[in-house]
Amino acid sequence: MSSDPARTDASFLDLVRTAVPGASIEVAPRIDMPVAIVDRDHLVDVCQTLRTHPDLQFSVLLDVTAVDRLPAAPRYEIVYLMVCLGPAYGTAPARRLRLKVQLADDSAAVPTVSSVWPAANWAEREVFDLFGITFEGHPDLRRVLMPDDWEGAPLRKDYPVQIRKDTASWSPMQLTEEQFAANMRAAREHAARAARSIRGDK
Amino acid sequence: MDSFWPILLMLGLGAGFAAGNVFLSQFLGPKKPSPEKSAPYECGMPAVGDARERQSVKFYLVAMIFLLFDIEVAFLYPWAMAFRTLAWTGLMQIVVFFALLLTGYIYVWRKGAFDWSGERSR
Amino acid sequence: MAASADLEVPVLTTTVEKMVQWARRSAIWPVTFGLACCAIEMMAMAAGRYDVARFGAEVFRGSPRQSDLMIIAGRLSRKMAPVLRRIYDQRPEPKWVISMGACASCGGVFDNYSIVQGVDQVVPVDVFVPGCPPRPEALIYGIVMLQRKIDRSRMSA
Repeated sequence: MSSDPARTDASFLDLVRTAVPGASIEVAPRIDMPVAIVDRDHLVDVCQTLRTHPDLQFSVLLDVTAVDRLPAAPRYEIVYLMVCLGPAYGTAPARRLRLKVQLADDSAAVPTVSSVWPAANWAEREVFDLFGITFEGHPDLRRVLMPDDWEGAPLRKDYPVQIRKDTASWSPMQLTEEQFAANMRAAREHAARAARSIRGDK
Repeated sequence: MDSFWPILLMLGLGAGFAAGNVFLSQFLGPKKPSPEKSAPYECGMPAVGDARERQSVKFYLVAMIFLLFDIEVAFLYPWAMAFRTLAWTGLMQIVVFFALLLTGYIYVWRKGAFDWSGERSR
Repeated sequence: MAASADLEVPVLTTTVEKMVQWARRSAIWPVTFGLACCAIEMMAMAAGRYDVARFGAEVFRGSPRQSDLMIIAGRLSRKMAPVLRRIYDQRPEPKWVISMGACASCGGVFDNYSIVQGVDQVVPVDVFVPGCPPRPEALIYGIVMLQRKIDRSRMSA
């Protein structure tokens, strides 16, 4: 299937290049939608431009996800999928974009885009939970899918597929409000400690 | 009176069946209480906090005021049935009755008892 | 049940236990515990074409306190295991469990970090119904098997 030029035309990225000088935006060849690879330091500015520029208006963030490409380098790619809804919702034409940030390993943190799209909040929590990639500036970075006290990032390529672990099926019968709040705090601290240990206590 | 015996029998059978089942299940049913079984149901999650929360007073106010004016309407019904018999005197009496309650209604309204949003501090 | 042959009147005698077990198995009301795709087939079983109501499972109770049966329909994840156990605990006796589908019975195709490899690690199971998902007829057969099991078993009072 050859790429349809109309669907993968990435010339609108020039608007971003002029708005955020210094950002390195390379276009990668893809079939279904334009793909751009951004450097980590300019990510938030690029996303802000993509969202607010009147000719771009990528107002919907569909998902934030990650790819572990072990043993290929760079190891991680954080993928942002965004949509401009088109003339019914604004002035910019309907488009899709897949934005990627590449990380060599998890010791570096990626800045959060939850200030640009609130939808990124839980999506980044999911990436943190399953890949162990920390997001700087995230308001509430803790596990969202796995149990709060889980050790490890299950979707990494070096995480074992089959694990033999006893299933914990006990839960307390009644919690007071203070205990509930304390459990939430403990979950956040556990995540923060895990994030610090992943980054190597920087 | 004779024709009511079947109904009484039916009532007795119905109530007796229900009561008998409840009574029988005391003996035939298993009795295994446990703390987990008696714990409050919160869809499998641990129950958080006390169930006794403060409720807004507006529910009580609306219920009370509804009750009062519902009784007033209940008084209007027999008056309406005997309307022709009571004639002008009756009309004056009911108008006085209604006017008294109407002043009460206006008072309650101005006081803000109907304010569901609760913006006026009471 | 033995027919009293020496009487001309047709009278059947039985034990209280058999009566009670017959009553219990003829009206097994499940509690809704559809977890994943098997729940769709469970719904199909309850709907018009397959109609499990004719086998006694008239209504799916919303509350565990009012149910006899728990059909665990779908994948049980590790995070969900305490919830399952709590709902099982909150059901009054007599209670039975059917593990519906491959994932509930043994983890199914998912042998990974999140799926419990068989719900019998968390609750005691009476009948396992294999399938991915089992057809509604298969689940009905599982319920019929459970009914036969109840007929055979002692009444616990």
